[in-house]
Amino acid sequence: MNETVRILLCVVGIPFIALNFAAGLIWVERRLLAVWQERYGPNRVGPFGLLQPIADAIKLHFKEDWIPPFADKAVFVIAPGIVMATAMLSCAVLPIAPGIGVVDDMNVALLFFLAMSSMGAYSIVLAGWASNNKYSLLGAVRAAAQMLSYEVFMGLSLMGVVVMAGTFSLRGIVEAQQDMWFCIPQFIGMCIFLIAGFAETHRLPFDLPEAEAELVAGFHSEYSSMKFGMFFVGEYIGVVVISALMTTLFFGGWMGPWLPPIVWFLLKTMLVVFLFILCRAALPRPRYDQLMSFGWKLLLPLSLLNVVVTGGIKLALMEGPR
Amino acid sequence: MLPVFWIAAIVAIVSTVMVITRANAIHALLYLIVSLLAVAVMFMVLGAPFVAMLEIIVYAGAIMVLFVFVIMLLNLGPKGVEQERRWLKGGVWGGPCVLTFILLVEVGVMLSRSGIAESPAIVPVPPKEVGIALFGPYLIGVQLAGILLLGGLVAAYHIGRPEPRDEEKPT
Repeated sequence: MNETVRILLCVVGIPFIALNFAAGLIWVERRLLAVWQERYGPNRVGPFGLLQPIADAIKLHFKEDWIPPFADKAVFVIAPGIVMATAMLSCAVLPIAPGIGVVDDMNVALLFFLAMSSMGAYSIVLAGWASNNKYSLLGAVRAAAQMLSYEVFMGLSLMGVVVMAGTFSLRGIVEAQQDMWFCIPQFIGMCIFLIAGFAETHRLPFDLPEAEAELVAGFHSEYSSMKFGMFFVGEYIGVVVISALMTTLFFGGWMGPWLPPIVWFLLKTMLVVFLFILCRAALPRPRYDQLMSFGWKLLLPLSLLNVVVTGGIKLALMEGPR
Repeated sequence: MLPVFWIAAIVAIVSTVMVITRANAIHALLYLIVSLLAVAVMFMVLGAPFVAMLEIIVYAGAIMVLFVFVIMLLNLGPKGVEQERRWLKGGVWGGPCVLTFILLVEVGVMLSRSGIAESPAIVPVPPKEVGIALFGPYLIGVQLAGILLLGGLVAAYHIGRPEPRDEEKPT
């Protein structure tokens, strides 16, 4: 009975918290950006403007939900659903604390995350194609190439961690960091994962698919109302998931002294989220060809080297007959 | 677990039929992605989580994105749909249907003869064992696949290389 209650709480609670966390993040981001740009940001709705996301959501729900007549209707409607579904599904494998997590111990959890993030690319590509609008299509073409390339580095950068922990299970990876967090031996892997994470969630500085200076709003130009809202929230859930994975893979997950595990996990995740927002405030957007050549000419060799060196050291330190 | 398998199998078959019968290329590709996902679920149920995940990452996630990418760039539009409709009409179906029916009968006969009916116990295979098998007894296969991919890479580079500049013309 107790076990059933725990599972039910996890299955209902984690998506609920993830969604609200993502919505709240919109407020956090706007306030933080305001702080760094020396202005107030949204501070009118509720104390400190805390109710701003709710106001935004109500506004989005009451906007006209318009499907352009020239769009491919079915695909146009499905596309924003895909990004939400894949982002929420990746939440399922996150080991938040011992005993808290939807899928408790999946032996391919890391691969599941990579699979979901690669499926998330469809949402943007299909949204851009279904809109039947040249700016949307350009955004979609950029998104397809960008996400496909950075997926490669993202996967490769994690292989060092997998080699060190000897497992694909996220819980196993956290437990393997008992002595030392992987952010020290896998520093290069961490940096590449963070950069690839920016590209996968197409956040600034890598938000070329929706570069508003040149493409109107890129792939979601034709979207309005809550369909647009779903892209928005999906993106923020993506940021939360990447941050939570950074915490899990490189910063020891729930481990830490004094405080209870779940508090540690949330604290570390929030810190990485702040880093995401700080990068948005601080970095300019690169040109598209710079983005691609940076990926293939620098990140790919570096991540391959990281895998080879990590594997070599692990092999050299292995004891006994192999 | 078996009901999950059957549902996934039915989804896979239905979506594959839809892939063949759709006139709109992108819709056909979307059904193909669904079909691949269903196959991944089947692998998962049969105790091969590693293969299931790779199926999603490599086939559904990477290769199909490239397909969608190319078709998006082709910009087929309503004309392409019309042409596809014309091609899919009438007698085109005859030959493939007969051939497939023969294959289906053969598969049925094979299945009824071998003792697959009594299903063996499902033992999940962890990723580590897949790796050990791949780089142990099946090493030659991995190397051959690597050489094939390298060939593809070299060819792609050859096609995509920048054109040599014309020699400067006298003005």
